[in-house]
Amino acid sequence: MSTLRVWVEGIGLWSPSLSDFAALTEVPGGSTPTPPPARPAAGMLSPNERRRAPESVLLAVEVAGQAVAMSGRKATDLACVFASAHGDQPITDYMCATLAQVPAELSPMRFHNSVHNAAVGYWTMASGCHAPSTALAAQHASFGAGLLEAASQVLADQRAVLLVCGDTAGSGPLGELTRCEQSFAAALVLAPAAGPASLATLDLQLLAAHADAPLPEPLAGWRRGNPSAAGLALLALLSQDSGRCRLAASAALDLQVEVQGIDTGRVR
Amino acid sequence: MTPLAVSAYTATSALGRGLASHVDALVRGRSGLRPNDISSAPLACWIGRVDGVETVSLPAGMDDWRCRNNQLAWLGLQQDGFTDRVRAARARHGAARIALLLGTSTASIGATEEAYRRLDAAGHFPDDMRRPAIHTPHSPSAFVAAALELAGPCLTVSTACSSSAKVFASAERMIRLGLVDAAVVGGVDTLCDSVLFGFNALELVSAAPCRPFDAARDGLSLGEAAGFALLERADTAPGMPRLLGYGEASDAHHMSAPHPDGLGAELALRDALARAGLESSQVDYINLHGTASRKNDEVEAAWVNRHFPATTRVSSTKGYTGHTLGAAGIVEAVLALLAIEHGLVPGNLGGDTPDPDCGACFAWRNERQRIDVALSNSFGFGGSNACLAFARAGFAA
Repeated sequence: MSTLRVWVEGIGLWSPSLSDFAALTEVPGGSTPTPPPARPAAGMLSPNERRRAPESVLLAVEVAGQAVAMSGRKATDLACVFASAHGDQPITDYMCATLAQVPAELSPMRFHNSVHNAAVGYWTMASGCHAPSTALAAQHASFGAGLLEAASQVLADQRAVLLVCGDTAGSGPLGELTRCEQSFAAALVLAPAAGPASLATLDLQLLAAHADAPLPEPLAGWRRGNPSAAGLALLALLSQDSGRCRLAASAALDLQVEVQGIDTGRVR
Repeated sequence: MTPLAVSAYTATSALGRGLASHVDALVRGRSGLRPNDISSAPLACWIGRVDGVETVSLPAGMDDWRCRNNQLAWLGLQQDGFTDRVRAARARHGAARIALLLGTSTASIGATEEAYRRLDAAGHFPDDMRRPAIHTPHSPSAFVAAALELAGPCLTVSTACSSSAKVFASAERMIRLGLVDAAVVGGVDTLCDSVLFGFNALELVSAAPCRPFDAARDGLSLGEAAGFALLERADTAPGMPRLLGYGEASDAHHMSAPHPDGLGAELALRDALARAGLESSQVDYINLHGTASRKNDEVEAAWVNRHFPATTRVSSTKGYTGHTLGAAGIVEAVLALLAIEHGLVPGNLGGDTPDPDCGACFAWRNERQRIDVALSNSFGFGGSNACLAFARAGFAA
């Protein structure tokens, strides 16, 4: 099968332990980065939206904003692929609990924030982006499936794409099943050709089998705690400049990613 | 773009199981809507419910996937020989060379709702509901991929009511790039408390059967459906209709209201026509989104008036099926394909007192005419817009 090549121009990252991608580069040296505040800043949102937005939206908008800022591109021009294994679990927990008790009292705002594309909807509103936008889910393969969809948009339409993959921590009885223990989101700005903002190339290939992508602690633990954190294997390579990893892209397929850093003199 | 063959397609909705029951309902003007008899607490509205979903058995060994949504998916796959067509495609291309891309709005959240109604004394899910694979948005795609034994790319698009239109776009890109040789696309959504009480909370549900584009319309009727299509390169199925193009765009305006000038719908149309190499005057029929909400229909009627001559016929079929949310894209793509196959413009059921905003394009009653090119509109919460373009086999733009 043919290899898909895309160029990385921006990287965003947020978890309770990592405020951005630069923080990840400190981890292999054994240092513990300063943790971010409890709520992602999500600076792209207006103060009103920030107050009303659920955590899943803050998380996605935060990493999207980081990646776009690093790329130097205008958010208005970027097609958007937002992936999440579970969507907003606290809202699902609220809705199912309310529906079981007092269905007629369901909050209309929480209902419209419950759609899986709420995060990308808020992002396009905040950034004035009229480009195509989508919201995906693929369970534990959400990061790999999102990367595949994003790369296929980059190459099929020769345009830059913003990929975001994130999940909030689970809560309530549902949280016991999803076992999603802490929030995590990552973002990449991907382009079809080399440019002044290029940080690395990704060569992507689908392989019909699963293989582990070993990670050192604490990254391996973070990855176990959130399905979207499968992307840590790729982000770790980006922070180290080059290497190869495999990400689940579906129940039957892996996406093999070959990372080659581009020496730009920029601090990644 | 290079057109793709829609080498098989099917739909199951309140109108019945499979294509023949849909054509029959359209020809007779028979709506599938009925008074709400499904929510766990009373709610006065009309719904498009599929009969017999509760008694559908899943294939042997797949009982862990059991829930209303996956039962409806399996029921839908059994119609019109669709599983046989997929089996033949699997033999032709190999299981890993066929993508499975489904749209859904709420997946099997009805099962999660049930688990919350039946929490045990300690507040945990009851044992029979402790099945993580059904309490997540990917449930229908993962189930269908397993049931059809497909091993290619598999993902769920969940952009509310545009979900199962956008899967056509993802599939076309994957085929064009050579990632796969074929794709099973479609969507499944089932009626559940979340959508009934959720849309009710937004004051978007009518107490009566929905009346798209009627002057007195006062909200939508919710429905459920499963629909599927098999997409392959055109030479694989020379006699079958074509996916000519698609358009996708974002309103960037509001979470639950359309852009007042229909900006996203405008951009989606422009994208679809450009990919298809079409002029708007070449469009014979458009299956509109037409939810019967005040705002959607106002914006969409203006969109029709701006772009199309009276020779382009348009209608909403939500009065037949109800708004099937994440399945609306595939159901209405199938109805557009049936319009081409049968030369039937379905009348806009429920529009007894046409809104004066609606121009000469609107087909208020069934019309018989040759249809070479048909579009289907799907718009969703979050400002997500999609427009699909289909054509008769052999049509040259």
